[in-house]
Amino acid sequence: MENKNEKRAPVSQKAHTVEKPKNPEYIGGTVSIEINEKKISVPMGTTILEACREHGIHIPTLCHHDDLCVAGVCRICVVEVEGMRTLQASCAYPITSPIKIKTSSPMVRKARRNIIDLLISEHYGECYACVRNNNCELQSLAKEYGVDTFNFGHVQSPRFEVDLSSPSVVRDMNKCVLCKRCVRTCIDLQEVGVLEAIGRGDHTHISTFLEKPLADVICINCGQCINRCPTGALRANDPSDEIWNAIDDPNKHVVIQTAPSPRAAIGEEFGLPPGTSVTGELNTALRRIGFDKVFDTNFTADLTIIEEGTELLIRLYNALVKNDPTAIVPQFTSCSPGWVKYLEHFYPDFIDHLSSAKSPQQMFGALIKTFYAQEVKVNPEDIVTVAVMPCSAKKFECNRPEMQDSGFKDVDYGLTTRELAKMIKEAGINLPEMPKSEFDDPFGNASGAGLIFGATGGVMEAALRTVLELVTGNKVEDIFENMNIVPVRGFEGIRYAEIPVENVGPVPDLLKAYFKDWNWLKGVTLKVAVAHGTANAKKVLEDIKAGGKLSQCHFIEFMGCPGGCLGGGGQPIPTNEEIRKKRAEAIYAEDQGLPIRKSHENPHILYIYENFLTEGPCSHKSHKLLHTQYVKRGKYIA
Amino acid sequence: MEKIKKRREGKVIFSEYTRGAGINKLKEFSREDVLFELKESGLKGRGGAGFPTATKWMLTAAAKSDKKFVICNADEGEPGTFKDRVLLTEYPELVFDGMVIAGYTIGAKLGIVYLRGEYEYLMKPLQDYLQVMKEDNLLGNNIAGVTGFDFDINIVMGSGAYVCGEETALIESLEGHRGEARNRPPFPVNTGYMGHPTTVNNVETLAAVSHIVIKGGNWFKKVGTDKSTGSKLLSISGDCNKPGVYEVPWGTTIQEVLKLVDAKDTKAVQVGGASGICLNKTQFDRTISYEDVATGGSIMIFNENRDMLHILKNFMEFFVEESCGQCTPCRIGNVKMLEGIEMIERNDYTFSYINKLKGLAETMKVASKCGLGQSSPNPFLSIIENFREEIFNGSHGGRNGK
Amino acid sequence: MLVEEKNAVTEEIENLVKTYGSERSALMPILQEIQKKHRHISDYAQQEVARLLDIHPVEVFSFISFYSFLNTEPKGKNIIRICRTIVCDTKNKSAVVAAIERELGIKVGETTKDKKFTLEYANCIGMCDQGPAMAVNDRVYTKVTPEKAIAILSEVRG
Repeated sequence: MENKNEKRAPVSQKAHTVEKPKNPEYIGGTVSIEINEKKISVPMGTTILEACREHGIHIPTLCHHDDLCVAGVCRICVVEVEGMRTLQASCAYPITSPIKIKTSSPMVRKARRNIIDLLISEHYGECYACVRNNNCELQSLAKEYGVDTFNFGHVQSPRFEVDLSSPSVVRDMNKCVLCKRCVRTCIDLQEVGVLEAIGRGDHTHISTFLEKPLADVICINCGQCINRCPTGALRANDPSDEIWNAIDDPNKHVVIQTAPSPRAAIGEEFGLPPGTSVTGELNTALRRIGFDKVFDTNFTADLTIIEEGTELLIRLYNALVKNDPTAIVPQFTSCSPGWVKYLEHFYPDFIDHLSSAKSPQQMFGALIKTFYAQEVKVNPEDIVTVAVMPCSAKKFECNRPEMQDSGFKDVDYGLTTRELAKMIKEAGINLPEMPKSEFDDPFGNASGAGLIFGATGGVMEAALRTVLELVTGNKVEDIFENMNIVPVRGFEGIRYAEIPVENVGPVPDLLKAYFKDWNWLKGVTLKVAVAHGTANAKKVLEDIKAGGKLSQCHFIEFMGCPGGCLGGGGQPIPTNEEIRKKRAEAIYAEDQGLPIRKSHENPHILYIYENFLTEGPCSHKSHKLLHTQYVKRGKYIA
Repeated sequence: MEKIKKRREGKVIFSEYTRGAGINKLKEFSREDVLFELKESGLKGRGGAGFPTATKWMLTAAAKSDKKFVICNADEGEPGTFKDRVLLTEYPELVFDGMVIAGYTIGAKLGIVYLRGEYEYLMKPLQDYLQVMKEDNLLGNNIAGVTGFDFDINIVMGSGAYVCGEETALIESLEGHRGEARNRPPFPVNTGYMGHPTTVNNVETLAAVSHIVIKGGNWFKKVGTDKSTGSKLLSISGDCNKPGVYEVPWGTTIQEVLKLVDAKDTKAVQVGGASGICLNKTQFDRTISYEDVATGGSIMIFNENRDMLHILKNFMEFFVEESCGQCTPCRIGNVKMLEGIEMIERNDYTFSYINKLKGLAETMKVASKCGLGQSSPNPFLSIIENFREEIFNGSHGGRNGK
Repeated sequence: MLVEEKNAVTEEIENLVKTYGSERSALMPILQEIQKKHRHISDYAQQEVARLLDIHPVEVFSFISFYSFLNTEPKGKNIIRICRTIVCDTKNKSAVVAAIERELGIKVGETTKDKKFTLEYANCIGMCDQGPAMAVNDRVYTKVTPEKAIAILSEVRG
């Protein structure tokens, strides 16, 4: 992550490390050290932890996280440095002189064991009654150090009330080990600033402004804190019991949509390496669990592209041709509910930039309870829609009061990847062994454009594939090799691209209601940008505020989470840059192998505009079902 | 500032000094001269840690940066310490002259006094004193007529947090953060206040510097021992007839101190405040020095009527509350010590558990992030060890076999 | 909170920011001023400070919760702090505390109903040579006896 050491980070948690030399080959660029009597050479400024990892020496950690700045507070990673009176936290110690290190001396081992015992003495709860059982860093440490008794006692009753107020994130501070990873995630990585340490001494605990419930503060529900919590202190609000009830109820017609990111990551929960896509296996598993229909969220991702793309063209036309001051550009994407809530809280004056198009999850919900209900002749009242998402904010989104345009709650439950994995295991299914199967009609399989929504830059690429082709009449693959719009891909925090529209073609039928011709776009250079993680979103917004380069953009994709949806707060734990890259590779590889890779070529999309949304995109009916409005929430807490 | 008439005696700190003398000396003294005399003097930090002041200043002076800072650590929070209060009230010239000399030597333009919130009543007189210094050209621009010698001093107040006496926690607090100690290295001499090289010195250290600049390092080191040069201000309190601040040469024995303050029937002496160690009668021949019993100056005397377990409990309650709470050993470790003391109090303990706690104390000493957690087990270990008869057998009016 | 009250708080904090600057290092002195004037830092004031220093409200709240002399709930007009560190403790501090508790009808940690007094413990206030010590607001009293303590209270009460 590029923003590890931003000014906003709590200073005590910053890596006060020495700047590493650009070229360690230079004289003085490296330093020779001894670790456990083995001589090695490392670049100046490398931390002891990095050096040890590099050379295959295991050092246990707890407060350290690859995505976050250094804290040095848990003291699990202490090592002995010859000549120093005290042990040193290896995660925070930059090597600048030829030191001799012992990583497992008696003093070190005793210290680590004592620290683990102390943490456990205050850690309330039993491992078998915990969502993180078998995937808990404290539990692993206890196992590694052979903890078989409570050396310093064990708390007998909870000290904190569990905060269940948020539809997305549950906080159980009885399990907190005060590693402050969530604090660093919230303040530093995401720059949302909901969580901080409160109090001092033995009263220290992590809490919110005025200790309010999470639902009453400016939490954007991104769940990044959950992904980085080493224990079960933070978890998503799990609706699986209610979903089981619905499945078990013969009168309910339970359908599920699966987003692309869970499919590229859920394998990790079953021991598969990161980056293994299990779309077909998952379809079978879901049917065996008892879902009546399994749909592909990518279908509505394709629909989003048509609606949002049309909206963009209309905005551009009004702005560029009619000079209409109410036509606000750049248009912002609106499919990431964490990002949307971030904007509503932190930049409420910008909400008119947001595309009014709903997210694919919510479009699907509205269609299932209208179009689909009609098609299969089921009373929408009896339909339960579940959405498998990589995201904790989707739980909040489906509970937004605006999201009932079908006349019912459009999406009943948002389920995270982790929770679905649990349901599959509970049903006795070993996911990797499942035979593959397809998605159900009438939505069928979607395009690769919808699929790549899962990675940062994916919405932009999907939109460009469609817009460029509809406007120029040329094939995208003739403009970008293999249809891969590389300039908007990657993991850089903010990416900017300019795409000139050199020639224009005829207006396709779908858009004839709005445009006579494309001549007004001829010679225009489309300026687009992509940002992921709200800290980067903030930078973009500040640049726009200041009238910088990004204020000249036409369209900007924002994702609330680092890496986009594939790094979402509902994804398997752990997460780091490496894992996110693998998931992205899986998504792009799957796109590459699909027969249809453009939203407007998805035959099911064409079918729905011919048979249901007959007035076309951005029409009255589509506005009613597929578009929404936003709330200027602001930051003030009464 | 209304000067309280000096009535204190001492060979170094309380020796004669003319206001501004140290600063005026800089007209003829280069930075190297100051550093030379400091090195010669062997002066070590008086806050307790005892880091050589000359080295600290040299490192800060050598660090490259457009800005540097001098910080005077007047967050005197160690229980039983009040010497800085006396220095700031009665000898502000020593402290502020020392800061100006520090600024000159390391190349800083700004000095900050971090004054503990409990001393709020000193704020006004000290600010008045600084105003007078400005009027006398001992602060401000071209100080003492030396072109380009600019230095100013701000006073910032703490708000009741003992841990802010730890230098990196103090810097965090100054920067507007919770007083949580930083990871070291890098040290403040390289990356201090606002990321700039900073020297953080105790009030008494700065006072000593003013004398050294005038009288020389050789003069200074004539007092004290080989390894502990100069004198030490002791804040003496507890069961004695003449409590107060005393200047004694390093190397003075506890016995001599007790005599000085007219203490009778002394059972225990806690040296170094709550985070120091507690000595019993058999140890009163030990000396106050870096090589034997080091101290930031707090001496608490307890007579035969005092309950050692009660004293220990008081200290541990203090640490439980004053730990910043960021690192595991200190945050939870102190609580476990306190619980252990309560077990002894209730006569509900096993020796094997007490031994576990001793092991934990050793871990805290080496694995805590800052000096607070590294020293908070000291009273536990020393009182349990030096007064074990009383604590466990109740033979000295303690548990009494409850 | 009324709009006028809010505006007054905002204006006050804006003035403090003018004095101390809008860097984060101004947080301590700004909060100390607010604390001194209002005897606590209200929810609204915390958010305004956060806004003007461009930090998160939870960071202001976290900061306040760290320091003993800053608080978010209103305290009494006069804050009595009694040193509880060991030397003052051995000099009969508990008799002083008991006398004050009886006199004011509150326990340590509480505020009188008329909001005139808050009684608290303090860790060492640097008067160990003259204990027991007690501070009322920024004034320190030494060698306090129960009788003397009550006399001080009536003096403060005026």
